[in-house]
Amino acid sequence: MRKAIEISGLSKSYGKLLALDNISLSLDKGELFGLIGPDGAGKSSLYRILATLSRPDKGSACVCGLDTVIDYGRIRTKIGYMPERFSLYQDLTVSENLQFFASLFRVSVYDNYDLIAPIFGQLERFPNRKAGALSGGMKQKLALSCALIHRPEILLLDEPTTGVDAVSRSEFWEILSCLKQQGITILVSTSYMDEATQCERVAMMDKGRILKTGTPQNLVAGLGENLYNATASDMFRLLSELRRLPEVVDCYTFGATLHVVGADGFDPKKTSGMLKSAGLSAVSIYPAEGNIEDLFIKLTLNERQ
Amino acid sequence: MKCSELSPKMPREENNMAMIHSLIKKETLHILRDKRTMLITLLMPLVLLLLFGFAISTEVNDVRIVVVVENHTDRTRQIIEKLKVNEYFAFQGLTSTGEVESLLRAGKTDAALFLRDNNGMLKSQILVDASNTTSAQAITGYIEAVLHNGSATSQVLTYTLYNPQMKSAYNFVPGIMGMIFILICAIMTSVSIVREKETGTMDLLLVSPIKPLSIILGKLVPYFLLSCIILAIMLLIAYTLLGLPFSAAVVNVIVISLIYIILSLSIGLLISTIVSTQLTALIVSAVAFMLPVIMLSGMIFPVDNMPVALQCISCIIPARWYIEAMRKLMIQQLDIRFVIQEIAILLSMTIVLLTLSVKKFGSVK
Repeated sequence: MRKAIEISGLSKSYGKLLALDNISLSLDKGELFGLIGPDGAGKSSLYRILATLSRPDKGSACVCGLDTVIDYGRIRTKIGYMPERFSLYQDLTVSENLQFFASLFRVSVYDNYDLIAPIFGQLERFPNRKAGALSGGMKQKLALSCALIHRPEILLLDEPTTGVDAVSRSEFWEILSCLKQQGITILVSTSYMDEATQCERVAMMDKGRILKTGTPQNLVAGLGENLYNATASDMFRLLSELRRLPEVVDCYTFGATLHVVGADGFDPKKTSGMLKSAGLSAVSIYPAEGNIEDLFIKLTLNERQ
Repeated sequence: MKCSELSPKMPREENNMAMIHSLIKKETLHILRDKRTMLITLLMPLVLLLLFGFAISTEVNDVRIVVVVENHTDRTRQIIEKLKVNEYFAFQGLTSTGEVESLLRAGKTDAALFLRDNNGMLKSQILVDASNTTSAQAITGYIEAVLHNGSATSQVLTYTLYNPQMKSAYNFVPGIMGMIFILICAIMTSVSIVREKETGTMDLLLVSPIKPLSIILGKLVPYFLLSCIILAIMLLIAYTLLGLPFSAAVVNVIVISLIYIILSLSIGLLISTIVSTQLTALIVSAVAFMLPVIMLSGMIFPVDNMPVALQCISCIIPARWYIEAMRKLMIQQLDIRFVIQEIAILLSMTIVLLTLSVKKFGSVK
């Protein structure tokens, strides 16, 4: 089967800054693929190359079996691209925006209305409101509708959930799984690690490189082995004490607790006893379940060493 | 990637036209919705023309004058009578020699004329307040004209051609037109394109199947139409309120103005391909283009009086050629053959700038 997106050995630098460093990645048709990484990881640079907005320095990228440099014209009718900020005309109304983007792709709004109906439904009530006056969640929905209006085969979403409230975010992921059922391949990037589990497969990116690729379940499997939660009344002192111990590989705040990555001989009971005798009260160390964020911290730690 | 390349599945022409049409419609909505900018754009030419036409004028009117006469003769009475009826003078009366200096010093009069009869020969002396040299020169000229007129002594006949009353409005109209179009076309196009770059909508236009050339057309056409409205307003004011001589040659004026508008639009387009924020677009358009237009185009200071180096620089300023052509056509009422050089220069500048900016616009980083 032809891959939806095939990237091999892709590099791109802006001046001295190496934005993408030898990236290889492939997406199956109909896949919901997540690109996870902090700001500056190179996600947007990758999107710009896939959307035929910029050319790679080295390597190649194929979208729908077409090369992004040679066949850019044909790719443009097959992809729906949603840039980082919701790029809409703020002074045009909801319906004017939708109609304008439809006309760019030479389709009528009604041609593919069935596809956007579940998303656009909430916006239908105020077609004459200016796009600039919409809430973050509504802007996101309008931008997605505009990107879908020509029924693309591949949807490129660059940080679509940034700056959107929690309710709209979870709603958005539901919409994406609906679109996936329609056979649309989706490449979505996010800097929220917790959103990774919503994807079928994820690639973790940092500093222009892909650290690891796989299903979210496989990625976090085995992470919990030496991972513990740690709490105490004085969290700050706990952190500095733990970091000083030789049997602790890494220790970092994780929500309300600390996550401790132990070395092979790490014994939680012995350590908590030691900390209590050092003067810390209400110390408790217990096994934790690892998630994508733990993995990311672990991978970037490996990079540094 | 060149904009001229067609993608393999590019459909028929009329579809492309429909896309350009919707781009133009969208841009027109942007212009109409931004009421404040539109108001400024339409009012600015009006205000500038009226300001320079009426308020800021280099012609000297109502010169206050006193006369000192030693002994009256027919000749002196004749001169005083002439000063009284001349509309450029406000005759303040006769005074004594001792008074003159204090009057001038207090700024109560602009000039004093001494007349003395010397055995039938009239001797005269002019005392003028030269704190403003321009008006002092004009006043001296006026008084000399009154003295010599009709006298038997040899005189120089001066005819000021094309603008016999030396109306400053005539002089300023071409200059203001040259400035307004650069200002409005360059600033508005560059800011509107850079705004789309800033908000990211330009990326969406570029990833759509539409050709870069169509995007450019969709941007330029609305601003071209807006400039045509401004041109109409300015010509209307120039020929009615400011009273420039009207003739069929106005067609030539319009044709050259349209070339100049396209030239200014390409400058805006070029700026937009270089800068990346609206603010820099504004500063570049205003500082890099407005100042040279005012200082070096001959709008205010004659090009021939400049140092050679500055004269050379002024050659590359489009406004210089436009203003020269406009002076010849609107004020001298010359035939179009006399502005062929200017038209050729403006046309070639337009072609070079347009090609350059379209090329830069269509290229991919």
